[in-house]
Parts: sequence; C-alpha cells; structure tokens
Amino acid sequence: MTTATVTPRGTPGKQAEKKPETKAGKKPGNQADKQAGKQAEKNAEPQFIPNIVVFACNWCSYAGADTAGVNRVQHSPNFRIIRTMCSGRVTPGFVLKALQLGADGVLVSGCHFGDCHYQFGNYRAVELFEKTKGLVRTLGLEEGRVRLEWVSAAEGSRWGEVINEFEGQIKALGPSPLNLHPKRSGQTA
Amino acid sequence: MSTKKEQLKKSRANWCLECGKCTAVRPISQANGTYSPRRLLAEGLFYGGEDLVSDSSLWSCLTCQLCSARCPADVKYSNYMRDVREDAYKLGIGGQPTHSGAMQAVWDIQASPTLLPNRTEWLEPDMKVQNKGDFVYFVGCLPFYEPLFGKDFDFSPLSIARDTVRILNRIGIEPVVMDTERCCGHDVYWLGQQDKFETLARLNIEQIKASGGKTVITACPECALALDHLYNKHIGPTGFQVKHIAEVVADNLDKLSFNGYQSEVTYQDPCRLGRFLGVYDQPRKVLEAIPGVTLREMQRIKAGAICCGTTNWTHCDATSKQIQKRRLTEARDTGADTMVTACPKCQIHFRCARCSPEGSTIDIKVTDFVNVVAQALGLSGADCRAGE
Repeated sequence: MTTATVTPRGTPGKQAEKKPETKAGKKPGNQADKQAGKQAEKNAEPQFIPNIVVFACNWCSYAGADTAGVNRVQHSPNFRIIRTMCSGRVTPGFVLKALQLGADGVLVSGCHFGDCHYQFGNYRAVELFEKTKGLVRTLGLEEGRVRLEWVSAAEGSRWGEVINEFEGQIKALGPSPLNLHPKRSGQTA
Repeated sequence: MSTKKEQLKKSRANWCLECGKCTAVRPISQANGTYSPRRLLAEGLFYGGEDLVSDSSLWSCLTCQLCSARCPADVKYSNYMRDVREDAYKLGIGGQPTHSGAMQAVWDIQASPTLLPNRTEWLEPDMKVQNKGDFVYFVGCLPFYEPLFGKDFDFSPLSIARDTVRILNRIGIEPVVMDTERCCGHDVYWLGQQDKFETLARLNIEQIKASGGKTVITACPECALALDHLYNKHIGPTGFQVKHIAEVVADNLDKLSFNGYQSEVTYQDPCRLGRFLGVYDQPRKVLEAIPGVTLREMQRIKAGAICCGTTNWTHCDATSKQIQKRRLTEARDTGADTMVTACPKCQIHFRCARCSPEGSTIDIKVTDFVNVVAQALGLSGADCRAGE
C-alpha cells in the first residue's frame, strides 16, 4: 500500500506540466475553445455500440426475456427482439438479411431440447443454424457474429447473461465489415 | 424507366403473328394452362402495364427463352419480362424469393465492396492453382450451395468445383481461383436489379483483370452467360473470353484418356448453355467419347429442351414441381439410368423434385457433367452414383 502511494509522487514533474495545458484548453467562457473541444470529441473514435438482432421463440425465449424484465435483471439494452413462433422458423435467409441490413450480430434463441412447444422445432433450428454458419463463413464474416442459444421461460437471469456475453463477443469482433460504409458508421456513435 | 415505346421496339412485339406457339411450348403453360406470354405482353404494352408490375405471373416467367426459340417472328418475351421486372424493382416490388431469401441476401451482401469473402476453403492439396495466370476458374455460387443444399439433397455441390480443377489440371491448365470472387450477378440481372448487377460485375471484372486472366472457365452456364454476354453488353468490353468447362474438355479430348464409366445416360440441356450460348454438341461429344457411356436422347433436346422449372431463386410453386417431374419422367422413359446436366442449379432443382413423394417414384439419378468426366478419368472426385 505504502509503495503504491509513493510511486505517483516519483513523477510530479509530468503531472505539473500537463495540468496547466488542460486548464488553458478548457477555460470556461471561451467560445472558440469550447467549439474546438466539441470538434475534438467528434473526431475521437466513437464508442462502438453493437446492433444486435435477437430471434426469440414465442414459447420459451421471448417469455424468458419477459421474465428478465419482470425480475429486473440488469443487462445490456443494445438488442432488438424479433419474435418468431419457433426457433425452427429462423432460416438462413432471416439471419443473413439481418446482417445485410446492418446488424453486427444475430442471436437465435429457442427452447431447451425436449421443451419445444412443437416437439422437434429446436432440432430443426440446429440444422438450419449449421447452414447459416456455413454461409456466414463463406461470405467472409466471422462465425462469432451468429449464435444459437436455448433460454427457457423461467430463466430470466440466464437471458441477461446470454445477452451480456453475446454483446461482449460482438464488441470484441468490432463493427460488421458490411457496416463500414460512411453512411452507416454514424449510427454507431 | 424505359418507356412503352422503347419496350415495344426492344421486344419486337408488333411483329407477333398470333400463332400461339409461345404459349404451346412454354414449360409453364404446359403445367398451368392459364399462362400465356403473348397475353402478358399485350396486357403490359397495350392495356396499361401498371397492373403487370404487380402481377405475380411476371415472376413466374422462367426466362428460359424456349418461347423465343420457337417464335417465327423472333419476339423477345424473356427480355420484355426482364424490362418490366426492372420497372417493378424500382417501384419496390419483387417476386417471392425461394429458400426464405437466403440466396438473395447472399447476393446483396456480396455487393458490399468492403467485404472480403472467404471462398477457397474447399481447395485440396493435390490441386494446382495459381495466383496469377492466363486462365481463371470462376467458381460461382457453389461454396454457398454446399451448406445450403448439400445435406438436404444428399450431394456435394463443391465436388463440381473440385472435379473442375482436377480436370483442368489433367488437361495441363493451372487455373487462378480467386478468393474474393463475387457473385456473377446473373440472377440479379434477370430480376431487374440493374444497380446491383453493375456493382457485382465491376467488382468481378476488376479482379479478373488484376489476376491477368485472358480466358475465364466456369462450370456454371449462368456464370458463363453473365461474364460473357451480359458484362460485355452492359459494362463494356471486358477483354477476356469465357468458356464453359464442357467446351474446354471437348477442345482437349486428345489430351485425356478415359478409364471408362459404365452407364446409360441422357443429357439435359441447361437453358443458359444451350439456347443462350449455343453450346449443344460439345457436352454430347465428350459423353460419347467416354468408353462405356451410352447416350440416349430425350424427346425434346437442344433448342427444344425444357428447363428445370424455376430460376433466379424466385417463385417456385406447384407448376415448377410439375415441370421438373415431367422432365424427369421424360429422362427415365429413354431407358437411361442417369440424367447428366451441365448446370448446378438444374441438379439442385431435379434433386429437389426427386425428394417429393411423387418425384421419388421416378427412378433416375441426377448428376453433373463434370462429375461424370472426372469419374471416367479416374480422378478422385465425389462418387456421383452415391446419394440415391
């Protein structure tokens, strides 16, 4: 502890040099400086907020998201849910269309095996998701941009975890290469 | 938007003799009696074409050119349909995509210039390819068909690509295979999406020029048509010639020694390769040169061949299935055990028809021309007899 407090004192010169500069730069009341500051903020790399599309099945995952809301589970708000009757309805076309229209990541979520409202819909979802992953890889996008998860209606906290984890994954991958168009990059700011 | 006058001039509709042959031969009309290209054209040009853009029959035209081949006045029905589709596209109207629009999204994503596709994963160590050279092998959509259709229809679309490279190597050609190749734009062109077609075409021409290619070889008739005719017509002289693999094999038959392939086959003329590009005899010449192969011809062949029932991944319905089943029955009735086609899409569509309850009773195998040639050469291609 003591050493930790001592070490910053070892470099007082640098701090002393810096401080006057920043003070002069942010003088209150100076209009030109304020504008320059704003410009600098604009020029700075905007924080990347991913656009995530979630296809959630009506019977488990959509209700799971609802449970997360009712239980006030804290999780990232940067996703948009599209409700489908079954995860087996989410064909490669849906996922690719979402990516084409500017999604940075797409999550498909359904019932656990054995819990499907239509008995075998989630097995179908697995088959379709394999196709999706193959297409995404061949297109030159990262496979991590798409993900298949199972969340039941009771698993509100798990919903929050899945969303946070997937957002972290997409943040690590960065914006989709299809989103590098100047028109679109403004949306991330 | 092109005016009615331009469309009339381009389609040559005023030369129509009202003989009705177009309706009689058209594959759709045979399965769906209410469909008449002549009536659609008359409706579009003379009785208010605004309705035609929202008419679903606009999208059921297969653009297979069979009607124009039979027309004594050379009326361009397919091209007229394409022009009206362009108008419809500008109004935001489109056809019903098949496979939930997966292929549509694949084209649209590929039109993004910032994307770097990853398309050469399928190459195997025994294949000799180059980064720069005179010959370019244009793969087309096969890497996308592999995940999308391979498992469902129990075949490997990429085996066509692998066998093509192996055959070219045997001939002595080491082709360039481009990792960042785009979709050829054939389908978007026929759906009237001119802007996307031009974007894709420019990206491809740029890459082929950068690779130094003078001859582009493809195993897909649609790619051949787009790269050859459509690029030259809509983008300007491309400076490279385009050949389908059947032409290349036919030209180099003396360099190949076949082991043999015991089968009675019938050959399905793909509409793009036959009526559009005029390649009828080369694939037949190659098949007849293979020892053990007996070629049995169907009733309707060459310029009169009927097509595989659906095109551009748009508007597949009961009519399409009917056309496919009729064609499969016709192929079986020749006594052949295998139907050989030179177009990957034909194979997908016929295999799909074979998966339906009625189609599964038609006992005939469907395979690609390239797979048969590779098999006969003893190259380690996919067993095209498998998966039945």
